[in-house]
Amino acid sequence: MSESSLPQFNIQIGNELTWNVQPILHEIRHALRKLLETGENSIIDLRSIPLAPGEEETIIATLGCGEVHAKLNALGPSEIYETRFAGVWLTTHFNEESSIIGRFIEVTRFPDILKSQQEDMTISLDQLEHELEHESLSDQTETDAETNT
Amino acid sequence: MTETELLTWVRGPGFQIATIIFVMGIMLRLLEILMLGRKADLAEAKGSEMSSGLRTIFSRTLPDASTFKRSTFTITAGYIFHVGLFVVIFLFAPHILLFKDVIGFGWPALPSTVIDATAVVTIITLVVVLAHRLKDPVKRFLSTFDDYLGWFVTILPLITGYIAFHRIGISAPALIAIHILSVELLMVVFPFTKLMHTFTLVLARWYNGAISGFRGVQS
Amino acid sequence: MTNDLSRKDKTLGEALRSQGVSRRSFLKFCAATASMMALPPSMIPTIANALEKARRPSVIWLSFQECTGCTESLTRAHTATIESLIFDSISLDYHHTLQAAAGHAAEAAREAAMEENDGQYLLVVDGSIPLGNPGYSTIAGISNYDMLMDTAKGAAAIISVGTCAAFGGIPHARPNPTGAVSVSDIIKDKPIINVPGCPPIPVVITGVLTHFLTFGAIPDLDDLGRPKTFFGQSIHDRCYRRPFYDKGLFAETFDDEGARLGWCLYKLGCKGPTTYNACATTKWNGGVSFPIESGHPCLGCSEPDFWDGGGFYKAISMPTENITKTTIYAAAAGVAAGVAIGATGRMKKASASKAHQKVTIDDLEK
Repeated sequence: MSESSLPQFNIQIGNELTWNVQPILHEIRHALRKLLETGENSIIDLRSIPLAPGEEETIIATLGCGEVHAKLNALGPSEIYETRFAGVWLTTHFNEESSIIGRFIEVTRFPDILKSQQEDMTISLDQLEHELEHESLSDQTETDAETNT
Repeated sequence: MTETELLTWVRGPGFQIATIIFVMGIMLRLLEILMLGRKADLAEAKGSEMSSGLRTIFSRTLPDASTFKRSTFTITAGYIFHVGLFVVIFLFAPHILLFKDVIGFGWPALPSTVIDATAVVTIITLVVVLAHRLKDPVKRFLSTFDDYLGWFVTILPLITGYIAFHRIGISAPALIAIHILSVELLMVVFPFTKLMHTFTLVLARWYNGAISGFRGVQS
Repeated sequence: MTNDLSRKDKTLGEALRSQGVSRRSFLKFCAATASMMALPPSMIPTIANALEKARRPSVIWLSFQECTGCTESLTRAHTATIESLIFDSISLDYHHTLQAAAGHAAEAAREAAMEENDGQYLLVVDGSIPLGNPGYSTIAGISNYDMLMDTAKGAAAIISVGTCAAFGGIPHARPNPTGAVSVSDIIKDKPIINVPGCPPIPVVITGVLTHFLTFGAIPDLDDLGRPKTFFGQSIHDRCYRRPFYDKGLFAETFDDEGARLGWCLYKLGCKGPTTYNACATTKWNGGVSFPIESGHPCLGCSEPDFWDGGGFYKAISMPTENITKTTIYAAAAGVAAGVAIGATGRMKKASASKAHQKVTIDDLEK
C-alpha cells in the first residue's frame, strides 16, 4: 500500500474553533501584574482545561523559552523552565514512564519545588554527620567504611 | 426509575406506543371522512373537479387581499410559527437522523445555530398568539379545551428541546428523556384534536376547489 | 530497608520518606494529585499537609463477576508511578490478581485483616454479584453474595469500582442470565462510593482513594453515588468538539471528510450528551487521548444500562426499536379500523335514509 493511498488525518485543529489560547494568555497577564503589584504567586493547571489537540502546543510555543532551565529527577523526570516572560515558569511533571502527570504555568519569582526542602535538609544533615563520624572512625581504626544507603 | 431507565424507555417501548396511536389514529380519522363519501351531484359539470381541487390545495397557501387586511396579525403570526415549526422539526440534524431511521432516507440539515434562533422565534410567536387569543373577546369566546390543548402540546416539545440542547438545569439524560416524552405526548394527542388539520387541510382545500370547479367558478 | 510490619505504623509521609522518596518528590506527587483530583493548584499545600500526616488504611479488594479490566486499568505500571505510589500507600491486604498467597492462606489473610481493622477497613469491590444461582461465581467455595455480606459488615466504606460493581455492567445486560446485581442493590447500610466506567480511568480510581487519605472522608457524591469531582460534568459539556456540535458539523461515517477534520461524532452514535465521566478533561493513558479524540463515539460506559441503550452506533435521537415496522403495521391496522368504522357509518346513513318517511300534504292536514 503506497503512502498516498493512506488516509490523511488531521486532528490538529489548533485554535481555529475552540479559542482557548487567548483567554489563558490573558490570565497569565493578570497573574503577572498581580505578582508585580502584590507579590502574590499564581498557578494555572493546564490539565484542568479541556484543550483541543494542538492548543497546548500553541500556548507553550507562544510562551517560548527564557534564561533558566531546570531538570528534576524526583519520582521520574520533571522539567521546569522560565519562559521568555520573566516570572512566568512552565513546570511539566513526568512519571518514570515519561508520561505527563502534571503541567502547570507558575507565575512566581521562583517555583517552590526547586527550593531545597526542610525535611530533606534535615535528613541530609543527619547523613552527612553520620558519614563524617564514620570516616573519622575508619581513619583511626583503618577498617573499611560502611556507608548507610 | 432512574433517569437512564426513563431515557431507554422513551426511546424504546414509549416511542413504539406513541407511533402506534399516532399512525393508527391518523389513518382512522382520515378514512372515516373519506368513507362517508359525497352525495352524487346530478347537475351537469361546468368544469373539472380534479384540476380545480388540486390547484386549490396550493393556491390557498396565500391569503387573499381582503382576508389578509382583516386578520393581518393572525395570518402573519400563524405563518411565522408554522414555518418555524417546520424548520425546527425537519431541518435539525438529530431529528433528521430519527426520520432517516424510520423512513430510510434523510436530507441535508441547517446549521444548529440557525435552528436555535428559529426555535426562540417560534416559542415567542406561540406565546404572543396565545395572548392574542385570550385578549380578543370573540376568539376567547370561541376557544375550547381542544384549542388550548393543541397549543400546549405544540409548545412543550419546543421548550423542552431548547432546554435539552442548551442543557439548562437538571442532568442530561433526564432533559433529553423529558423532551422525547413531550413529543410522545404530542403524538398520542394529535389524532383526536384539531391538530389533525395538518392532514385534513388537504381534503378541505381540495373539496372547496372541487365544488367550485364543478360549478365553473373561481375558487 | 524498611520492615513491612513497621510500615503500618508510619504516617504516609514517613512511609514515603523511608522508601527513599524525598520531600521534593512528595511535593511533585501532591501537585500531580491535585491536578488529577481536579482541585485548584492553590490546594497543593493543604494536600501536602494532609497526606503527610495520613494513616495507611487497610484495603480489602473483592473481585466478583468481572473481567479484571478494572484491576488492569489500575495497575498498568510496574515502576513507581503516582498511581502505584498511592497504591503502595494503602495496605492492600487482599486482592486475587495481585496477591502472592492463594488458597486457604489467602482467605486466612483476609479474615485476619478484617478482624484486625474491624470497622475501619476500606472494602473495594469490582464485578457484579449473581443472585440467580450462587454457583455462578464463587471464591474458595464461598458465593459472591455471602462473601460480600460477610466482608461488608466491618467495613468503614465500600468503593464499587467499575460499572459492573456500580450498576451491574455487562452481566446485567439483557437478558441478564445470571441475575447479576450491583453492590448498592445488596448493601443498604454502608456508605458506598460508585466509581463506574468500563473500565474507570485509572486516576479516577486512585483519586477516590487519595481523597479518602487526604480528607479522611467520602467525596461529594451525585444522585447515582458517583464522586462529583470526576463525574460531575458530562462528556458533552467538556468535549473539545462541542463547537462543531453547536454549529451542526457532523461526521457521517468513520472516514469521511468530516471525520478527518475532527467534527462532532453525534451521528455515529456518540453518547457524550448523556454520559458523566472525566474522559474529556482527565483523558486516558496519562492524558494522551480519549475515545472521541481518537475518532470513536463515546459508549456511555459510566452510565447504568449502557449496554442496552440501543446500540453504540445509534444516535441518541434515534429510537431503539424498529419503528419502520411499527409504522407499517399501525398504518395497516389504522386503515382496517378506519374502513370498518367508515363502513359502519355508511350503514347507519343508509338505514337512516331508508327509515326516512316522506311527509305528504295529507299527513300535515291530519
